[in-house]
Amino acid sequence: MPKIISKKYLSEKVVQLEIEAPRIAKKRKAGHFVIVKIGKEGERIPLTISQADIKKGTITLVIQIVGVTSNKLSKLETGDEVTDIVGPLGNATHVSKVGTVLCAGGGVGIAPLLPIVEAIHKAGNKVISVLAARNKELLILEKEISASSDQVIVLTDDGSCGQKGLVTEGMEQIIRQEKIDQSIVIGPAIMMKYASMLTQKYNIPTMASLNTIMVDGTGMCGACRVSVGGRTKFVCVDGPEFNAHDVDFDELLMRLGSYKNEEAGAYKKLLI
Amino acid sequence: MAESNLGTYSGRNEEWRLDLRKKLKNKERMAGSRVKMPEADPLSRIKSYVEVNSGLTEEQAVAEAQRCLDCVNPTCIEGCPVSINIPGFIKSIETRNFDNSIRILKDTNALPAVCGRVCPQEIQCEASCFYQTKLKKPPIAIGHLERFAADHARNSGKAFIPKITKKRNEKVAIIGSGPSGLAASGELTKLGYQVTVFEALHELGGVLKYGIPEFRLPNEIVDFEIDNLKKLGVNFEKNFIVGKTADFEDLREEGYSAFFVGSGAGLPMFMNIPGENYIGVLSANEYLTRVNLMGATKEDYDTPVFKGKNVAVIGGGNTAMDSVRTAKRLGAEKAMIVYRRSLEEMPARIEEIQHAKEEGIEFLVLNNPVEYLADKNGRVNKMKLQRMELGEPDQSGRRRPVPVEGSEYSLEIDLVIVSIGVSPNPLIPMSLPGLEISKWKTITVNSDTMQSSVPSLFAGGDIVRGGATVILAMGDGRKAAKNIHDFLQKKANSEMQANGQKNEQNKK
Ligand SMILES: Cc1cc2nc3c(=O)[nH]c(=O)nc-3n(C[C@H](O)[C@H](O)[C@H](O)COP(=O)(O)OP(=O)(O)OC[C@H]3O[C@@H](n4cnc5c(N)ncnc54)[C@H](O)[C@@H]3O)c2cc1C
Ligand code: FES
Repeated sequence: MPKIISKKYLSEKVVQLEIEAPRIAKKRKAGHFVIVKIGKEGERIPLTISQADIKKGTITLVIQIVGVTSNKLSKLETGDEVTDIVGPLGNATHVSKVGTVLCAGGGVGIAPLLPIVEAIHKAGNKVISVLAARNKELLILEKEISASSDQVIVLTDDGSCGQKGLVTEGMEQIIRQEKIDQSIVIGPAIMMKYASMLTQKYNIPTMASLNTIMVDGTGMCGACRVSVGGRTKFVCVDGPEFNAHDVDFDELLMRLGSYKNEEAGAYKKLLI
Repeated sequence: MAESNLGTYSGRNEEWRLDLRKKLKNKERMAGSRVKMPEADPLSRIKSYVEVNSGLTEEQAVAEAQRCLDCVNPTCIEGCPVSINIPGFIKSIETRNFDNSIRILKDTNALPAVCGRVCPQEIQCEASCFYQTKLKKPPIAIGHLERFAADHARNSGKAFIPKITKKRNEKVAIIGSGPSGLAASGELTKLGYQVTVFEALHELGGVLKYGIPEFRLPNEIVDFEIDNLKKLGVNFEKNFIVGKTADFEDLREEGYSAFFVGSGAGLPMFMNIPGENYIGVLSANEYLTRVNLMGATKEDYDTPVFKGKNVAVIGGGNTAMDSVRTAKRLGAEKAMIVYRRSLEEMPARIEEIQHAKEEGIEFLVLNNPVEYLADKNGRVNKMKLQRMELGEPDQSGRRRPVPVEGSEYSLEIDLVIVSIGVSPNPLIPMSLPGLEISKWKTITVNSDTMQSSVPSLFAGGDIVRGGATVILAMGDGRKAAKNIHDFLQKKANSEMQANGQKNEQNKK
């Protein structure tokens, strides 16, 4: 079973695990994710691969502690084993040289944004990153994103770090400042919805990376379906990245709440 | 011993068979009536996952075996997709030589305990039984007897694990651990090859595990067969998606010289009608996977599953029947099948339809959903249906359902399970651009050899046939294994020749 090589808290509710997975490390590209399951009784959840080290044969996952499985994951320590991990899944980000790219990350969405920022920076694009979080404690990976960005704007809801405001305010500021050729938004569905509406207003091609409920992650169940341009797509095999302007974010938000009642029960039980 | 390539050879002229036939007159044999499978009571079984059929007793099995006339021309064998020596194994049961009976079964069927439970015998062997075709009487319960022989062997604690006589160095990769992959892995290992089965999921068994519920096929039975394969020497790698975790090129570099793809059907189809993405509308694959693979109904398991009061399952196949009966077991007050044709056209096994009826499943036939409606939270609460009537036969030979104008009405439901079929998983074709696929996205193979357009790659089961059956998938796996063996031997021979020539030249 894959071993945990290192563990680090990025904030109180966000933990970073480096896991031994040489095959996945070798194959993964920016945009890929894995499915993880903890223990015999565990559920299968998708997590984006934030970084990989081919030499060490490890991948890095960043986990926001929100539910049963993320909680179980956060309780694992260096040297512990992850019961099941499979990947890399999904389609890799299409990376090409387009000019200036606006990358917006919200909350824990900054973790999956990191490999994409690195890849498009490496491809010779000018990268401007806008990072947003509720407060200073919840802002993660600012240093790493900065290392691959030409400019970074940080915003927090309460102004405890960077500017006070929402991600869209930071994005609009940049859009007014210079010509943006492409935009990438990753974060909570509600944030992506508004970020996408904004870039649509300015006619900027925009890509969103969707994080839906999943079971198998290989196209077998359809739990991950979402409407894109009026057609049903499976996020695990057709995505996870889609043209943001075509995504039905309201449906996505609705479907994310599918098991709200069932899950709340299980989570409460775990916390007792 | 019967060999599958001997066609309908049944060993009828072996001495013990001659003796056996003399012991009882045909008239006496025909006097008995078909055995009735003991079943769990419908009202209590829907409160649990207990297996519905509890299996024949030894006495019942022997009595049923006695009914078999050991025909001169055993048409039952022709009805079996893998030509099991049916009279051979049945007559062995009659003489209580149970070891011989399992040996005969295992000669052509890698998973008799599974097939005895899930094969559609009523359209295969039993449909071709002399009793059925000529005497117009209930056929020999071949399926029940197959199950009996396999269960008896398992419970006897004796392991029927063949000795591997010759070890070969070539490595063969099997993709998928469903019935086709399991059958191929066993055959190739017996031939001495180094075999690894790669499975995408965290459990082995394919549909046998994640699809077919335990009340029809207990996991324990599948695990027993997998354990035997492990003992035989098959390696299994779970959580490994060929085409993602590693592709064919990587595996070739790691020394695999032939491949068998048994990756199954996979992608669930939807009807693309309004409201299909509402909460509480899900594919049968998702529903069954949550319950069977993820243990959603078990204490302390994390995966959630919806428990509907009024559940509609769309479709009429085995998957639909499994879903609707699962819903009943999860406490549905009303669990119904919604099917656009009539009962006669339903592709599910007759026994499943029968069991479903006993369990209080309602059948809304000649009905088709046209739209789903939801409450303010997006949870489905109503469906609009349209009545259908049967028109002219279509390509499948079944009468085509046509909507009745103005017949729409609505029904209150709180869970919908869509079970209208699956299409092949594109993962493998996507990762192997040279591989020829059909317009139905199945892998194209030579049906005599199961070889694909990529010479070292063979395929079988649902990825080749679309949706099929366990027995056909298993038969494909065996056939492919034989041809992989031929392919590797030819390859080794030509390499040897080439090396020989090189040595000759070097000498000169
Ligand atoms: C609910 C249900 C009930 C059924 N009932 C019956 C019945 O009563 N009788 C009957 O005869 N048939 C029945 N069937 C059909 C039967 O189960 C299938 O025809 C049979 O299982 C097909 O076998 P297979 O080996 O082709 O594939 P599967 O059993 O589908 O197995 C394929 C396996 O390959 C794995 N895989 C896929 N892609 C990859 C990859 N790239 N790398 C690694 N692994 C991969 C999958 O995870 C899966 O485990 C039923 C099917 C379902 C869904
Ligand atoms: S997660 Fe099952 S199909 Fe995408």
